[in-house]
Amino acid sequence: MASIKLDIVTAERVVFSDDVDVIVAPGIDGQLGILPRHAPLMTMLEPGELRVRKDGEEFSLAVSGGFLEVRPDRVIVLADAAERVEEIDVARAEEAKRRAEEQLSRPLPEEVDAARIQASLRRSMIRLKVVEKRRMRRPQV
Amino acid sequence: MPDIRLIGRRIRATRNIAKITRAMEMIATSKMRRAQEAGLAGRPYAEKISQVLGDLAALPYGEALHPLLQHRLTNKIAVVHITPDRGLCGGLHASMNRMTASFILEQGVPVTITNVGRKGLDFMRRSGCNIRAEFTRLGDRPSLLDTLPISRVIIDDYSNGVIDAVYLAYARFVSTTIQKPIMQEILPVKPAVLPQGQSLDYIYEPDPAHVLGELLPRFVEMQVYHAILEAIASEQSARVVAMRNATDNASELIQDLTLVYNKARQESITKELLDITGGAAALA
Repeated sequence: MASIKLDIVTAERVVFSDDVDVIVAPGIDGQLGILPRHAPLMTMLEPGELRVRKDGEEFSLAVSGGFLEVRPDRVIVLADAAERVEEIDVARAEEAKRRAEEQLSRPLPEEVDAARIQASLRRSMIRLKVVEKRRMRRPQV
Repeated sequence: MPDIRLIGRRIRATRNIAKITRAMEMIATSKMRRAQEAGLAGRPYAEKISQVLGDLAALPYGEALHPLLQHRLTNKIAVVHITPDRGLCGGLHASMNRMTASFILEQGVPVTITNVGRKGLDFMRRSGCNIRAEFTRLGDRPSLLDTLPISRVIIDDYSNGVIDAVYLAYARFVSTTIQKPIMQEILPVKPAVLPQGQSLDYIYEPDPAHVLGELLPRFVEMQVYHAILEAIASEQSARVVAMRNATDNASELIQDLTLVYNKARQESITKELLDITGGAAALA
């Protein structure tokens, strides 16, 4: 079966680089499945879960926005931030989520940007979700 | 005759200095390596983003798409002056400051400074430059997040028409012994021109203008981040060299002093012997 080369890079490092079979990405206009021989595409990404399948095994990464580019021979994800499941710091994500919720529950001072807190909340929720899913799957392995 | 104890004290002091400079050299070496690695780790992102940008800008209606691409008549220039926070790195800040200062003098239009790093800030304040913003204490390992406020300032000023061109002044890391101060124009963005036939006919989601609007600020942020990493690698490598020289000079000094010390010691022994034999001869 044909495979595609997937590179996930952030400004700070290369997060992932391997040949894969299927990519499911959180595109700005909805979930996006990419198989080999996809047409050239350039899309923005929503913060969300990016799933990858290789040799029947599936794993996911948390990405918080960025771009996805499909070329004939490869797929490039330019992420603002991306983590593999095993890299996610659950305690930190939970703490960030709790803090964001607390800030949003109170009336906000003028200078604080509500959208930013919401974005931060969303990011930590995605991280937690990705980890949670992996935990549920693990016993079957 | 020099005082023996005084010389002994100087030798010990110099030896201590040499220990410190040697330790500083080793610390700087490891920090330099880390900064270099961080710079290399970001390279794939940098290459990809320039490539994508080149594709987008090759579209027929390129320049009108985004304010950061528009060339304007240059009435006001901003320079992001990136310097170390700390000294003891040889002539690095002197050459950085000299380059930026002469650049400012060459321009026929007002120049504002967005300063990164304390060493440049001190200089710019002293010479009465127009400082738009200042950032210090980024540390030896800044993340992209730490550098975003810097890019924010220049992107906002450029989009609002406060400034018409932005330059980055930083020390490019050439090798451990060579750091080259360079002045690089980053705004307006000049996308790389792609060779004919290389650009692909993409499907854009949601549409090219949106993608470009999101991509351009990130491109600028990435360039600023990269320049800062490069500046850190340069700073540390300059420090390695400076500290190595200091250690060498100290060992040389210790050698010279030891010679003087031994001579003086010998001289005093000879003198004492002469005194004793002189005394004995007088008694006989």
